Amino acid sequence: MINKQITLAMGNGGEENNELISKVFYKAFKNDILEKSEDAAVIHDGELAFSTDSFTVSPLFFPGGDIGKLAICGTCNDLAMMGAKPKYLTCSVIIEEGFSMDELEKIVSSMKKELEVNEAIVVSGDTKVVPRGSVDKIFINTTGIGEIQKKGISSNNISQDDVILVSRDLGRHGAAIFAAREGINLTTDLQSDCASLTLQVQALIESGVKVTALRDATRGGVSSVLNEWAKQSNICIEVDEDTIPIAEEVYGICEMLGFEALNLANEGTFVLAIKKDDEAKALNVLHRFPNSSNAVKIANISKEYIGKVVLLSSYGTKRFLETPTGELLPRIC
Amino acid sequence: MRELQLKDLYDGFRNSEVIEAYAKLIAEDAKKLKTTINIMEVCGGHTHSIMKYGLAQLMPKNINFIHGPGCPVCIMPKERIDHAYVLAMQEDVILVTLGDMIKVPGSNGSLQDARAKGADVRFAYSPFDTLKIAKENLDKRIIFFAIGFETTTPMTAALLDAVIKREIKNIFFHINHVTVPEAMVALISDEDCSIDAFLGPSHVSVISGSKIYEEFPRDFYKPVVVSGFEPVDVMQSISMIVKQFLEKRCELEVEYKRAVNREGNLKAQKLNERYFEKAQNFRWRGLGDIPRSGLMLREKYDAYNAEVIYKDILPSKEIDDHKLCICGDILKGKANPPECSIFGTSCKPITPIGSCMVSSEGACAAYYKYGNLL
Repeated sequence: MINKQITLAMGNGGEENNELISKVFYKAFKNDILEKSEDAAVIHDGELAFSTDSFTVSPLFFPGGDIGKLAICGTCNDLAMMGAKPKYLTCSVIIEEGFSMDELEKIVSSMKKELEVNEAIVVSGDTKVVPRGSVDKIFINTTGIGEIQKKGISSNNISQDDVILVSRDLGRHGAAIFAAREGINLTTDLQSDCASLTLQVQALIESGVKVTALRDATRGGVSSVLNEWAKQSNICIEVDEDTIPIAEEVYGICEMLGFEALNLANEGTFVLAIKKDDEAKALNVLHRFPNSSNAVKIANISKEYIGKVVLLSSYGTKRFLETPTGELLPRIC
Repeated sequence: MRELQLKDLYDGFRNSEVIEAYAKLIAEDAKKLKTTINIMEVCGGHTHSIMKYGLAQLMPKNINFIHGPGCPVCIMPKERIDHAYVLAMQEDVILVTLGDMIKVPGSNGSLQDARAKGADVRFAYSPFDTLKIAKENLDKRIIFFAIGFETTTPMTAALLDAVIKREIKNIFFHINHVTVPEAMVALISDEDCSIDAFLGPSHVSVISGSKIYEEFPRDFYKPVVVSGFEPVDVMQSISMIVKQFLEKRCELEVEYKRAVNREGNLKAQKLNERYFEKAQNFRWRGLGDIPRSGLMLREKYDAYNAEVIYKDILPSKEIDDHKLCICGDILKGKANPPECSIFGTSCKPITPIGSCMVSSEGACAAYYKYGNLL
């Protein structure tokens, strides 16, 4: 790594982020469980899933959610992605001196609401208040343990017998947050997709759908998920570009700023690798939920370019879909 | 009546049947040609479209793309990025620039690195966001680091116009605007240059008109088609170029008729004229000095010119391109990226050495990413 300082690009969920994690943290903490590099660690003979996540978002309250809802969804979704039912969470908050008590209560109340959706409870916590300027308003960490309902879900086992689905249209959270940012004067009705995915995952497991891998497409978006899967499972993922679901508002923001919806963050959208024969069954289950009523198949698996994700156009051209790099910045021309 | 949807605006220009029909037409016409045509798309926006939509894959063997120098951050020489870095590191300065500029490495690092070291660097979607930043930070000097071709120049001029009219005292300018035709002339003046025709950047012509390209068919025998950025635009423009060769014509044509006329945006041109004049020289990364290809603030606006105000601390030494870098040859169509000895080894998108690797719109970056699909 050439940089002597940490840059924002190293936290983007993309290439620089992966480099930071592998060269600093994996190197120091090296062990078999960590190296599986899943959304949540699988421990205790495959019976428990264990995951942690820290949350910082600006603005704290955004269309479709707030940092509190995000903090519960984020960790519960990571557990759900390993086929687990979230049970116990811890909650640590670091609050900047001067932060509004009203806003804190609002945040905690949306955490409570989201815990109920997941039927999980917070069993331990910690609070720190730091001098003004030491953090940006409030940072929240949650750590969670869940009971695995279906063993063997792993992004290392995807094969040509699988197809790839997405649970809904892509990029809403990233686009909504970007539009709400200072300096981007966009008016839009767009809402973040921020939501818990526990119920959908439970329903999939209960209906007997043969799930190979699940991952929620947070920072780095679906591009990051697919690229990680292609590398972890030694496969080529061939995405049919025309089938990718993107809401009109998200598309508009992408067109204006030169983004790709596939690279934008989601907070309630997951990617599924399931056995081919179960495609219809899985879609039926997902379509029962309002948050995944437009779930759709987007890709097949091949061996053509191992470790790569290829986008196929409807007029016969192809290109690689890369892991996003750098900060999310608008293009000039 | 139904409200107009965004989709209605682009759908036709991305229609796969139309793209396929043009691919067939180009292939049929190209078959009748005895020679190869090397077409330079000057603008990074076109390179982006060609890559994004895989259009090079639809071309017959005798139609080649040469990716041009039209990406404003790629062509910025290191010493000017160093200017931005030095300015950003001043205690009382907030440096405002357009998005892509943040990532480009100078000799001390990029603006992203400066920010990690404590500098206040902001990116603006519109130069006018600078006004708000200035109002909220009256104790700071706000420097707008202006980059871009003819397309973004009027926005800088309009910002300066607002600064003067509203008597704002804390906004200053570092001007790095460059112009397209001079660079095109520099490229084709090299006797080994193998460019046969140009796709003209259309957004440049929205401002400057199509007239700026008239010299190319007339004086240099190179056809130009001013093209839009959607895949159907590019395919149609390529077809128009091939037809010119087939019918032995050499003309300036406009494909992007929905926004470009001969004269361009006269109001914008007038605003540019008021505040800017041609600099004697601008050094382009990869191409070197090109006479009269850059703009600078007129002398009477020295009070707003960060290059004048900070001249004692701005590095003045020119930094040459790496001696193994062959970006100049790549831009002239004389070499392909893989022929460069540092391509993909020491020169990569994360650690670019030459201009063509700097942004995703550069030829080397495109080869690096999409190599086995091109």
